[in-house]
Amino acid sequence: MDLSFSDEEERFRAEARAWLEANVPAEPLPSGDTAEGFALHQRWERKLFDARWAVVSWPEAYGGRDASLWEWLIFEEEYYRAGAPQRVTQNGIFLLAPTLFELGTREQQDRILPAMASGEETWCQGWSEPDAGSDLAAIRSRAVRDEKAGGWRLTGQKTWTTRGAFCDRMFGLFRTDLDAERHRGLTYLLVDLHAEGVTVRGFGRLDGDEGFADVFLDDVFVPERDVLGEVDQGWSVAMATTGSERGLTLRSPGRFSATAGRLLDLCHQQPRADVDLRDAVVQGWMDAEAYRLQTLWTVTRFVDGERTGPESSLTKLFWSELDVRLHETALAMEDPELESEWTKGYQFALAGPIYAGTNEIQRNVVAERVLGLPRK
Amino acid sequence: MRFAFTDEQLVMRDAVRDFLEKECPPEVVRDAWTNDTGRSGLWRKLGELGVLGVLAPESQGGLGGDFLDLVLLLEETGRAALPEPVVEHAAVAVPELDDATDAASGAVTVTVTDPPHVLYAESADFVLANGRFVEPGTLELERRGTVDRSRRLSVLGSAEATIARNPADRGAVGTAAQLIGLGQHLLDVSVEYAQQRHQFGVPIGSFQAIKHKLADVRLALEFARPVVYRAAYSVARNDPERSVHVSMAKVYASDAALLAARHALQVHGAIGYSFEHDLHLWMKRAWALAAAWGHAASHRERVGRAILDAKEGMPNG
Repeated sequence: MDLSFSDEEERFRAEARAWLEANVPAEPLPSGDTAEGFALHQRWERKLFDARWAVVSWPEAYGGRDASLWEWLIFEEEYYRAGAPQRVTQNGIFLLAPTLFELGTREQQDRILPAMASGEETWCQGWSEPDAGSDLAAIRSRAVRDEKAGGWRLTGQKTWTTRGAFCDRMFGLFRTDLDAERHRGLTYLLVDLHAEGVTVRGFGRLDGDEGFADVFLDDVFVPERDVLGEVDQGWSVAMATTGSERGLTLRSPGRFSATAGRLLDLCHQQPRADVDLRDAVVQGWMDAEAYRLQTLWTVTRFVDGERTGPESSLTKLFWSELDVRLHETALAMEDPELESEWTKGYQFALAGPIYAGTNEIQRNVVAERVLGLPRK
Repeated sequence: MRFAFTDEQLVMRDAVRDFLEKECPPEVVRDAWTNDTGRSGLWRKLGELGVLGVLAPESQGGLGGDFLDLVLLLEETGRAALPEPVVEHAAVAVPELDDATDAASGAVTVTVTDPPHVLYAESADFVLANGRFVEPGTLELERRGTVDRSRRLSVLGSAEATIARNPADRGAVGTAAQLIGLGQHLLDVSVEYAQQRHQFGVPIGSFQAIKHKLADVRLALEFARPVVYRAAYSVARNDPERSVHVSMAKVYASDAALLAARHALQVHGAIGYSFEHDLHLWMKRAWALAAAWGHAASHRERVGRAILDAKEGMPNG
């Protein structure tokens, strides 16, 4: 066991820190979940990309640094420590890209990844439908084969699509075989949101930002080359992405360490914090640290060649509930009526136990697939 | 960076696990509730296996190891609810002895004061009290009844006893490791029971109300384990932040084991509430160890003093 970083890794940290200190905007950008803010965040992504900080763990050919998982964690720690902008490219670079690297063709990788990394082409996730939330396999949007044109024709509706109103492309699941058992007969498709037949209607999230969208599809053509993985195998392709989303790629510990650090600062400004409040602050700080340690434990197993399994549901449960608790504790010290970084953050944190599979679903996954309790 | 145990450490853990599965079944734990000493009769064998002398130098018959070599073994003793002062002896006392030869072999039992308690004073040969090893008869001790009746506890009389920070830290992290093992056992037996027990014509483990309780126990153990292992690492390396790391370990392990105990009882229902069932042996040990070497609240307070009362906040990492 060795819990220290190597000299080389520490040099990587120093380089990342220096660049972020010199380049992170002094004033926070407006929310990336608004049209104006999204455009500014795209410019920030371009800046990151040009300095090769956008996708550090990717191959150099696609704009990365071939960074190790350890270096990626270090970068994330520094990124949040520096208070750098939210990543509006995250659904692409953290959710779709791992699937593309694993199951995409070389042509797809070459065509899609560079524009994704630079923020030039932004991606949203088209999974949920009005009647398919937690029950994702209830998806009804259809893709019908168009032999003549060499592709698929899509009809249906996706909803609660994060930043859908601002993105260029959407990856999603569509029903290609009506007769198959419901987890089968789905296909993973990459959809151009500027194509004919697509109507996107943005709508407000809890905090009022237009971060959600309905995506209506009316006979939208998707060419053959935009099928990811095999036809009718979309469920297993999508589960590869779920592993990344629930696991560590979407929520690296750096984010919670940074929030816990701000919570300590807040508490320092309140010399008369009572015992309960002190305990909550200390517990929050320790929880962020526990999350970091569990990540180091898990990453060591990745480095040894193990894969993410249903255990990633444990990670999702922990960080999403930690994030809510950290903000609730802060709001016992900050004025919860006033708009602030904490009240904004609290509303954002409340989404955590809902998206990427509700925490009720995650607890079922842990019980059934980690502990082996019967489904029925 | 490598947050994992070595193959040698895992092999030793497996050997201790196999030994305890065979030699320390629930009947042995139950017997310790009523026998003369409250102990298992396995002390010499634990010495032969190397468990007692992990931290003793090889020249004194020990393994010359560090706390990382010991922590997984203590976890196993917790899993088996081994009724022995193994933390007090092997984790706390042994490194303080000038000559640990007899302690490593198990020829003697050394216990320590965890003020105001002394565990197994009657069957111990020496007690570490106020930095000195003394015979139990020289201390003013009052035997008290215990909830876990295998834990023969005496309360120190008027004389003030203290224990230095380093041995106390070893006691806390050693106990934290045992709590992880206890919590894991409580979860395992609860999962097994929920699979077997039928009500309404189905296994009770198919109900979400049961599933979510057990998932929460698994979650608590998942995040407690690395915290405990990091504390063992910091003790082994004498890290300057060692005490904060140890206190975190005691908080997480105590909370996880208490949750495991609470949910285990609820999942077992009236069957688990029966004295004849083994569940309460593990549950009461979890209660006892959650309090031993400082309960979660006192350790949380110690972390608080370090991170909130310092002039500047201590950054994570």
